[in-house]
Amino acid sequence: MSKKLLLEHINVPNILGFEAYRSKGGYTSVEKALKTMSPEAIVEEVKKSGLRGRGGAGFPTGMKWSFLAKPEGIPRYLVCNADESEPGTFKDRYLMEKLPHLLVEGMIVSSFALGANTSYIYIRGEYMWIVGILEKAIAEAKANGFLGKNILGSGYDLELYVQPGGGAYICGEETALLESLEGKRGNPRMKPPFPAVKGLWQSPTVVNNVETIAAVPWIVNNTGDEYAKIGIGKSTGTKLISAGGNINRPGVYEIDLGLPVDEFLNSDEYCGGIANGKKFKAVVPGGSSVPILPAELFYKTANGEDRLMSYESLADGGFATGSMLGSGGFIVYDEDQCIVRNTWNFTRFYNHESCGQCSPCREGTGWMLKVLHKIEHGQGSMEDIDLLWDIQRRIEGNTICPLGDAAAWPVAAAIRHFREEFEWHIKNPAECMVRNYGLKKSTLELSFN
Amino acid sequence: MGNTYDTRTKEVTAKIPFPQDLLDKIEEITKRYPAGKQKSALIPVLHIAQKQNEGWLSIPVMDYVAGLLHITPIEVYEVATFYTMFNLKPVGKFVLEVCRTGPCCTRGAEKMIEYIEQKTNCKVGANSADGLFTIKAVECLGACGYAPMLQLGDSFVEFLTEEKVDSLINELKNK
Repeated sequence: MSKKLLLEHINVPNILGFEAYRSKGGYTSVEKALKTMSPEAIVEEVKKSGLRGRGGAGFPTGMKWSFLAKPEGIPRYLVCNADESEPGTFKDRYLMEKLPHLLVEGMIVSSFALGANTSYIYIRGEYMWIVGILEKAIAEAKANGFLGKNILGSGYDLELYVQPGGGAYICGEETALLESLEGKRGNPRMKPPFPAVKGLWQSPTVVNNVETIAAVPWIVNNTGDEYAKIGIGKSTGTKLISAGGNINRPGVYEIDLGLPVDEFLNSDEYCGGIANGKKFKAVVPGGSSVPILPAELFYKTANGEDRLMSYESLADGGFATGSMLGSGGFIVYDEDQCIVRNTWNFTRFYNHESCGQCSPCREGTGWMLKVLHKIEHGQGSMEDIDLLWDIQRRIEGNTICPLGDAAAWPVAAAIRHFREEFEWHIKNPAECMVRNYGLKKSTLELSFN
Repeated sequence: MGNTYDTRTKEVTAKIPFPQDLLDKIEEITKRYPAGKQKSALIPVLHIAQKQNEGWLSIPVMDYVAGLLHITPIEVYEVATFYTMFNLKPVGKFVLEVCRTGPCCTRGAEKMIEYIEQKTNCKVGANSADGLFTIKAVECLGACGYAPMLQLGDSFVEFLTEEKVDSLINELKNK
């Protein structure tokens, strides 16, 4: 049974409202922080906690905070990244929908730690109804003296705003998010300078994921050392996993990092095993960008140890035998799923979401899409597999932002682990052309292909 | 990105100027940013403008928004064409945005899209002849655990089945 640091009160009646949230100890971290701690002391606790960015990169949060430049007379900003768009990931939405005050509380404490007097929650535009939920929570916090001028008589001022995006995956990349928040297209910026030095409106800025910010109140209340006791090694604390695909119990689960993958996939407390009595084929454990792992590599690491839900264990063996924890978007595939079609689907996604700034990504995702479309529809040749490998290799590492890598990795992993499936498509063109996955038309005739 | 700008849609709309309550709301939004950074309000304001203009952004509406925010029209066009939520052509009364990304497809999203096309007699990317529906196949909406799903206005309809689609379409037809 994993601990519930984030979701402990999720089923409390009326927890959307301030009263119920407060009665469960809500906002005590703000009182503790503003009355008894210095901003530096909070940063120190977050460092000690070992908390790592929950958006996907897993960068240590305390270290990110300590990089924030503090020039005299220039405002600093905290921006919460709620642009959750990684296919397979829906945990931030769950947290914001069910426990909006937890995010607001985390934003107040974190803003205080960073010396920010204006902070923004940038949320994807498609989550428009959650904008209302958050704005209501913010208004309630303000009415109770936890936001606004001179919070709790501490002399600290903070305004918190919710900013909706317009529908663009790329705005989850932190510099694209800042461009978007400035009212522009979401084109990622060249780094350096990093946002910690020149971020929002060229001011020092920290961008943190929703789940990262939501973990801060517990750390402030219970100390970083206590947080670091949960989890395993450098994967400290708990993590929200969005479980989807062909499983019995899709949903959002809070797990202690270090939970065995076997338990996560098969126990009834979590995914509950593969649905409809089908066989387990593969899993994408951290959102569509991370390499797919075939069933036979999933349960054991390269050393033959039980694989765990942690940053290190999921990545064990590099991409040859491992993947990544990423954003925790856990997508499970049963035996009926076609890996080529799924790879084509993800490539269409990245091609659609490429901002178009860098040629390798803009052109490369389009080329991969065309080659995959050919193979998927029985019109490919064996050379196309090598061509696909060649294209993805030339995208990876050659773009301003990680979208290029995110587009390349799923293609590389699919070829690495499921090459025989690509070859099957090439050797059986007639079957591919009539295959329709239960649809009424062949997939070549679909209007949305 | 999927949007292309349609220069033929130049008809002047009767929705300009916006009513005072919307102008007040826009004024409040521009105050969330430091002085001189009111351009930051652009995306939130475009959402308001699109809602006000029957679900899409025409050139006159975008030019009007540029004026409200004291920026040039091109600054509005380049943003409106980048983000997928902004429609640059007229849309039906109800816009059904069905997820087509991998995780939803493992749970039958493509069958649902095909079924919705059939039920509304309308292809993805088009408007139905009766002007009621626009069908869009969109990328991941963050509801993979509740797949297949679609977005309708500000809300999601999840765990789609043929029966659920039937009752949704009937309900919308009678609205």
